[in-house]
Amino acid sequence: MDQVFGNIGMLFEFPVVNVKIILDGLMIGALFALAAYGLALVWGVMNVKNLAQGDFVMAGGYIAWWLTGKGLPPLLGVPIAFVMLWGIGWIIYKLVISRVIGRDLFTSLLATFGVAIMMAQILNLLFGSDTQSVKLEYETLYFFDGFVDVPIAKLIGVIMAAGLAAGVIYFMKTSRMGQAIRATAQNPRAARVMGIDTDKVYGFTFSLNAAICGAAGAIIVMVWLIQPFYGITYSIRSFVIVTAAGLGNLPGVIAAGLGIGMLEQYGAHVFGIGYQQAIAVLLLLLVLMVRLAQQRRVRQVLK
Amino acid sequence: MNKTVLYTVLLIVAAIAPFLFPAYGTQLATLWLMIIVALTWDLTGGQMGYNSLGNIFFYGTGMYVAAIVTISLVYNVADYTDAAGGGTFKFTWAQYFAGMALGSLAAGLFCAVCAVIIGFITFGLRGPYFAIGTLGVAIAAGELVSNWDWVGGGQGIALPVYPGDLDQGKIVFYFLFAGLGIGIFLFLKWLYGTRFGLAMNAIRDDEDKAEGMGLHTLRYKLTAWAMAAFFVGIAGAISAFQLIHFEPLETAYQTINLGIFMVVCVLLGGKGTLWGPVVGAIVFHVFKEVTWNYFLGWQWVALGALIVITVVYFQEGLMGWLMRMRPEWFGLTVDESGKVEAAE
Repeated sequence: MDQVFGNIGMLFEFPVVNVKIILDGLMIGALFALAAYGLALVWGVMNVKNLAQGDFVMAGGYIAWWLTGKGLPPLLGVPIAFVMLWGIGWIIYKLVISRVIGRDLFTSLLATFGVAIMMAQILNLLFGSDTQSVKLEYETLYFFDGFVDVPIAKLIGVIMAAGLAAGVIYFMKTSRMGQAIRATAQNPRAARVMGIDTDKVYGFTFSLNAAICGAAGAIIVMVWLIQPFYGITYSIRSFVIVTAAGLGNLPGVIAAGLGIGMLEQYGAHVFGIGYQQAIAVLLLLLVLMVRLAQQRRVRQVLK
Repeated sequence: MNKTVLYTVLLIVAAIAPFLFPAYGTQLATLWLMIIVALTWDLTGGQMGYNSLGNIFFYGTGMYVAAIVTISLVYNVADYTDAAGGGTFKFTWAQYFAGMALGSLAAGLFCAVCAVIIGFITFGLRGPYFAIGTLGVAIAAGELVSNWDWVGGGQGIALPVYPGDLDQGKIVFYFLFAGLGIGIFLFLKWLYGTRFGLAMNAIRDDEDKAEGMGLHTLRYKLTAWAMAAFFVGIAGAISAFQLIHFEPLETAYQTINLGIFMVVCVLLGGKGTLWGPVVGAIVFHVFKEVTWNYFLGWQWVALGALIVITVVYFQEGLMGWLMRMRPEWFGLTVDESGKVEAAE
């Protein structure tokens, strides 16, 4: 307990530490937001809650890591992971997801949980259970007399994440397919009447989600660590972010992603690094409880 | 008459199984554990429509409560866990069994109280939010306990070994699990026939209407979950003594192992039926052991595939399928329009 208070005291004694924590949190939160945006897309368009979200992230990370081991430049891993996860996502859509759309929500939750277990185990069998990362040969920038270090690799990661997000948003706003996806999200029946092939839209959306996650994973392997069984925490983080922000609220998803990233870094600083996973999960419970309290208020009005 | 014969035969099989297959004593005990967790999961998941993914929380908590009670009867818990299985901590026969009895009871009661508290927070969540919320509770508990040094942290706790002959111990644990399983089965068989069972089904079918008809739904939900938690807590306590050593993430709060297996058992056997969880647990356990032996390394992939296939293609389960194919076996009659109605 003393240690916890000591850590909190340190935040006030050395305000520079806050800058470092916030910067780290924002950088990692940008990647959380990316995975969460994919979840919000799938959730909103086809009402499927994908618990395999984090395992797509891990799969993308491992693809990039494996390619780097083969001698490819690490940054090239991001587009390759994007393309490969697109394919994996499409296969999973055809085999599993297309059959759970429209069924009750627990079905999709459990089916994707099964997919998550399979993917984590396949990654474990292929690449082993050690944590892996890719080291980029870039300088580290120092601010505030060396108190705050910003590796350029992390900056590149954040810029790529932002670029990917911007690209996806532009695609959704302007392209024909993006319009079709948004139309299907609003009203699938009307979309079908208007001649949109909703099955194709669903398949496209799920593949796009897997590809976004894969690219996020390829960035994460450059700035952080991956491990086959870390996937579930990413799925939970995505749920926290989407539940906190609400569906179809893109600025909200980005803000919530950055916020969760910061809160986790603060929690890890105050309570110790061992609590990082626990904090991610406890945040989920907190968000659910807040939502619940809001709903209760609505219900009282109805009385 | 037929039913009496069937039940008697099954009971006799259950009673002599560990003596017929002494090499599989622990396996058979685990099978009973699967039946117990599947039956209790179906109590809320199948009968009440609240699909919890966090029932494993009670299993792990039961383990820890039983261990803490047993140790604290004789020694100081912090000293015991500091020694991490080493040191000279001896338990006599009386201390061991007193610890087991009191520990199991305490585990059951503590878990029931936990269920009421957690349920009070999470039962407002409907559908998938409830599943994710309870999953969160179980994962968070595992992570927190693995950082809690007083109970051994990530290393876990090593309980005393069974103080008699070890082969005899295996049979004792088998009958502890079997007795608990049979007890739960009879209790649920009675419960589903009462007004309480009907109320649970009403909540599953339409919670708002049930509330409109004057059922105090939250009270029913809390009671049902507390009952499930009570039994799972006791099962966890017995497991703790059977396994001797356990640690938080892989054994106690094993969210992706037992925590998801129990749901698959129920779905495989047939949700919302009395026999479904039992049948499902047996089929699943056999499948699991076969894949563990013959597809070593790929067993998890095979289990994941089984989960996906069960959920996506075969959700009615074995009992549901049997009921559809052979309704007369269940005393159901099919009228011409194809509707299934209970016969008098």
